[in-house]
Amino acid sequence: MYVIICGAGKVGWNLARELIGRDREVTLIESDHARYRVVEEELEHAVQYGDATELWVLERAGIQRADLVIAVTGDDEDNILICQVAKEKYGVQRIVARVNNPRNLQHFRLLGVQPAVSATDLILRLIEHEVPEYGLVQLLALEEEHLEIIEVEVGQGSQAAGLRVGDVPLPDGSLIISVLRGGVGFVPKADSVIEPGDQVLLILDPGLESQITPQFAPDGAGPSGNG
Amino acid sequence: MFILIVGSGRVGSAVAKRALDAGHDVSVLDSDPLSHERLDKDQTTTWEDAGGRFTVGTALEVDALIEAGIEEAEVFLAATSGDNTNLVIAQIAQRRFKVPRVVVRVADPARSEWYAEQGLHTVSPTQVAIDQASQLVLA
Repeated sequence: MYVIICGAGKVGWNLARELIGRDREVTLIESDHARYRVVEEELEHAVQYGDATELWVLERAGIQRADLVIAVTGDDEDNILICQVAKEKYGVQRIVARVNNPRNLQHFRLLGVQPAVSATDLILRLIEHEVPEYGLVQLLALEEEHLEIIEVEVGQGSQAAGLRVGDVPLPDGSLIISVLRGGVGFVPKADSVIEPGDQVLLILDPGLESQITPQFAPDGAGPSGNG
Repeated sequence: MFILIVGSGRVGSAVAKRALDAGHDVSVLDSDPLSHERLDKDQTTTWEDAGGRFTVGTALEVDALIEAGIEEAEVFLAATSGDNTNLVIAQIAQRRFKVPRVVVRVADPARSEWYAEQGLHTVSPTQVAIDQASQLVLA
């Protein structure tokens, strides 16, 4: 597998090292000359000096035969451009882009640059995962499938508390897939009973959250019944 | 027509002034408040008194684009100093806000050609310079 990594910052350089260590063929591209010289001492011919948003630089790195292009520069516009060009002009099968500013994630999605990884978002989700007071935590968005996985805590006195999984009123297009209780997760059966304090994982069509969370809100707060 | 220009550098500000003189509604977005001076330069009134709009904001921020009027724009010109920024915001204007005509300044001739093939109206100052300089040199 031939991988091109654009941007030899901490992420790019370490990615290159990891992949080379796993016997992958890697070319790392870096546009800052001083940085390039430092990396070249270790990676030698595996790193090239140039602006990866320039088509000739990508062609010099052999993008036509790349199986995977990873854009991890410090500029979101550059990462978008590299991945767009890799996918649409050079037909690269797999792309991965880094999102520096989470507010730009929408632009990556709009222009079809997926998966786009935002370290800030990942860490935010981990924080929220550990602090259930936030109510609903989006754990995973499956872009291609247009589905997401969310985690909701079962509140005290909520409508869902004490119900069998099969009896929880949920809109079509959603499903309970796992229950975390006491730090242990299990895949429930239809007659498993949900308890207050459980954290329930659901997979659903995005947009159904507002019909689901009221079932789990404490003391029946929120509209009753499902949509 | 309502024209939104992002980037009030030499190109952006000059096109903005021409468009305003031609009687169009023109809104300019730039992240540097001082770039406003280019819009006032050589004019008898200020940009706003002449009927122009100016917004300070970052091109990639959707809020800034909306405040500058992208939802009403009939023509969009991406003229910041960065090719990649121009190409990204031009596509946002085209695909998300469905602006009917999108013009992009792309310095790099190769990128300019590729994105022109994708349906953007690209202007490559570098390509123009190459053509003109070659003509003069090789005459």
